[in-house]
Amino acid sequence: MLAWSIYISFAGALIVALLPTGKFALVRWFALAVAAVGLAIDVAGYAAGFAQGPRTLVDAAWIPAMGIHFLLVADGISRVLVLLTGIVAVAGVLFSWNVETRVNHFFAFYLALIGGVYGVFLSADFFLFFVFYEIAIVPKYFLIAIWGSTRREYGAMKLVLYSFVGSSMVLVGLLAAYTSSGSHSTTLVALAHAGLPASFQMWCFPLVFTGFAILAGMWPFHTWAPTGHVAAPTAASMLLAGVVMKLGAYGCLRVAIGLFPLGLAPWGFSIIGLGSWRDVFAWLAVIGIVYGALVALAQTDFKFVIGYSSVIHMGFVLLGLMTLNQIGVDGAVMQMFSHGVIAGLLFAIVGRMVYDRTHTRQLAELELMHLSRRLPFAAWAFVFAGVAAMGMPGFSGFVSELQILVGAWRVNPWWVAIAGIGIVISVAYIWRALQKAFFTDKLPTPEDHPKTGWHSLGAITWPEIAGTVLLGASTLAVGIYPRILLDQIEPAVKALLAGGAQ
Amino acid sequence: MNYADLFRATLPETVLEIAALLVLVVDLGFLRKAALKARIASAVLVGVAGCAVALWLVYAAGWAGFGVGGDQLLAAGGSAAVAQCAILVLTVLTLLLFIGCDFTRHCGEFVAVTLMASAGGLVIAAAQDLLVIFIGLELLSLGLYILTAFAKQSGKSAEAAIKYYLFGGMSAAFLLFGFSYLYGLTGSTNLSKVMLGASLVSARGGAPLLLVAMVMIAAGLGFKVAAVPFHLWAPDTYEGAPAPAAAFIASVSKVASFALLVAIVSAALHAFNSAAAPKFCAAWPLILIILSVASMLLGNLAALAQTSLRRLLAYSAIAHAGYILLGLAFFSWTNLSASAVLYYVITYGLTTIGAFGVVGVVERATGSDKLDAFCGLHKRNPWLAAVLLIFFLSLAGIPPLVGFWAKFNLFAAVLAAGDGPVALALVALAIAFSAVSLYYYLQVLKRAYVLPAVDESPIRAHPVTLVVLVLIAAAVVLLGCFPALLQSWIASFYV
Repeated sequence: MLAWSIYISFAGALIVALLPTGKFALVRWFALAVAAVGLAIDVAGYAAGFAQGPRTLVDAAWIPAMGIHFLLVADGISRVLVLLTGIVAVAGVLFSWNVETRVNHFFAFYLALIGGVYGVFLSADFFLFFVFYEIAIVPKYFLIAIWGSTRREYGAMKLVLYSFVGSSMVLVGLLAAYTSSGSHSTTLVALAHAGLPASFQMWCFPLVFTGFAILAGMWPFHTWAPTGHVAAPTAASMLLAGVVMKLGAYGCLRVAIGLFPLGLAPWGFSIIGLGSWRDVFAWLAVIGIVYGALVALAQTDFKFVIGYSSVIHMGFVLLGLMTLNQIGVDGAVMQMFSHGVIAGLLFAIVGRMVYDRTHTRQLAELELMHLSRRLPFAAWAFVFAGVAAMGMPGFSGFVSELQILVGAWRVNPWWVAIAGIGIVISVAYIWRALQKAFFTDKLPTPEDHPKTGWHSLGAITWPEIAGTVLLGASTLAVGIYPRILLDQIEPAVKALLAGGAQ
Repeated sequence: MNYADLFRATLPETVLEIAALLVLVVDLGFLRKAALKARIASAVLVGVAGCAVALWLVYAAGWAGFGVGGDQLLAAGGSAAVAQCAILVLTVLTLLLFIGCDFTRHCGEFVAVTLMASAGGLVIAAAQDLLVIFIGLELLSLGLYILTAFAKQSGKSAEAAIKYYLFGGMSAAFLLFGFSYLYGLTGSTNLSKVMLGASLVSARGGAPLLLVAMVMIAAGLGFKVAAVPFHLWAPDTYEGAPAPAAAFIASVSKVASFALLVAIVSAALHAFNSAAAPKFCAAWPLILIILSVASMLLGNLAALAQTSLRRLLAYSAIAHAGYILLGLAFFSWTNLSASAVLYYVITYGLTTIGAFGVVGVVERATGSDKLDAFCGLHKRNPWLAAVLLIFFLSLAGIPPLVGFWAKFNLFAAVLAAGDGPVALALVALAIAFSAVSLYYYLQVLKRAYVLPAVDESPIRAHPVTLVVLVLIAAAVVLLGCFPALLQSWIASFYV
């Protein structure tokens, strides 16, 4: 059933593109309906998937000559991420209710991107996986370049080229794996069981992992993320941070770790304390956490603060993956979900509620606007989302980060020690942004009045409230009752760690 | 030698020539007073009918090639038939794009020359003899020179034709020189015998003459496929030639030339596999690899700097030739490589015809092929913008379009044939350059979809042109979503 979320999104994209231009309301409602139907399917599929292992959704021979299958399989990890995609997709449509230029094109690209993302999370054939992975690249370019702000063409091109270079690395690795294994099938299971030699996995793993990790925002290849997020329109930032970065992390887990587990084995020697690719990537993740937090602390643009917060959270995901133990990887998958909804909410507040009304994102200018009084809903929503992003108990971020840190402690306590610094700084940068943007006591001087304009900012509209409630409820529900995700994640992670891609 | 057999074997070519003469008779004899539109329509109609009959003959008739005393002159079936079908289909598309063009009043001659050049392409695709190869190449090339110069009132067209002609003449001389050495070394002009002789020569320790011959032949054929460093004609020709002529050069001529390379490489592989002469085997792929890497490098990097879409397409064609040459350098015993190379070049030809179709329409409306002429195209003609999006994303190799599958298939074939770090490194290089190419293809699409139009007046395309472009785009999407269709069709020729 989950497979229909893919087809519906692509069909929706095609129909939206052909709907009459100028009828904004029709297009919006249609896009919302498509996203909502997708979410409904995801929820139903998710609910049906409890206590079940991987389920094959579709298996059809696609290109028999090369053993390529149109093979969609949903296991616990896929189901969690598909659910996330559904939630963020609906929220994204709600938060783009005020898009008025080329609405048809906007939602067509938007839904095409969603369809590609669904496809990646459900593919169990590397060729199909790669096809969906690349389908997701192009709509991002147009979403950012056409409807974006701040250096949008630069941000869009940078993002696309980074993504494409990453996927090129993945393609090289997968082609090499396919041909050198002599496998007659391109399914992930067949490749995982093909018995690739350790020496091969040793160089192929870092290639493929890095290729995916570029999209997951791994330091030092993260620079596309802040510029891309900032340049993107609200809904696109939500999707980028919410689900597209997850594509990278999911690829790291499912393909890189699943197919080339021997690539993580120790090298047999060590350079500056690094004894395996696992150490290398774990330290890069830790550096990303601390670096991202420090840089976020120094930003003057509100949206850049949120952009760097994505780098931090994805650093946690990568660190969790590199623990390679049950609890750490569980945490990583949960963190993907958690970051998806929290970052979606943060970007929605900054981009839609604040920027679209004040037309500035400079913290220095926002300071003078007393937004806590003029946009109380936005202010309190940001308090909520900010606290969730800090990792307070009761929110999803706490549960997932805790698991990652526990898992990391078992491998190397130093990772936790350094990442802990990042957590402390995280509190500081969120606090700073919160205070500067909403709760400052600084009164505007008379000269500031005409510039900032005390005109009405416009009330918060119902789509914004609905979107906030949807995303907020998701993080709260997982925070209060984590088993709702863990019951799905645990068995899937267990199977993956036990025997490569299953 | 049996002339009846020869006639039967060359029936498709003969049909094309008859159609060409018929076009001339109809156009110059009966329609002298008719309006230009009617003349173009009737000329194209006759041409398309001729191609259709030829296609039916290639496809349906099951003869076994043609040879004299055991020496095969023309092959049948296999790669030759695949390439011939593709050449005829692409010729039809080019002719259909000619409808709506206004660069010449001599429409009958244009269609006739196109058909004759196409007949040359058919000969090349099937040729198994050095002399037949040469005749076919000349027949094709002479047609292309004339087509390039067809926009008489345009100085650029004349300049392009002169450049093309000079380079072409020189490379033909190189090729013939190389062939003469081969003949001298082996005493035969038959391709498989030549290769067998060459393998014996190199098994005896090799001869420097053989190396010279190979370099000469590489130069001659490198010119035809626009491989660096023999590519210098391409940007100017693509820029100056009338749009349908440029499309013809970029597609039909490419398919024919690569089909020839496939035939040569297959023959060499068959001969050398039996004689076990590693020297030749090392030298010939090395030449191809050098051409390939140089083409990928220069084509992709130079395309980054172009402001004219036609020149951009020319450099992108050079880059694509580089990818295909990689497939020829690592050629496998089985039909895997041959079908992958043909798949690539056929789908590339299809896509590039579409791209030139869009360029032609925009050029007629705006008078320019600069990238900036495409600004705001989605507003001026949404259909043109949509098909442009599909063509360029396919050229960049984005799934689910056919360009992606072609690349994947080709690179998989390279890795299957050339098992080793060198092949892998070269494939990695090619894939990296695909990432580079996305940048310049997106530069075009950025103008079509992102940047605002300077002039928002709608661009009108001839309905036939639009239908053809939409059909090509549909084929690009369909073949990309169901790659097995074309693949199994190609495979059906190899039984």
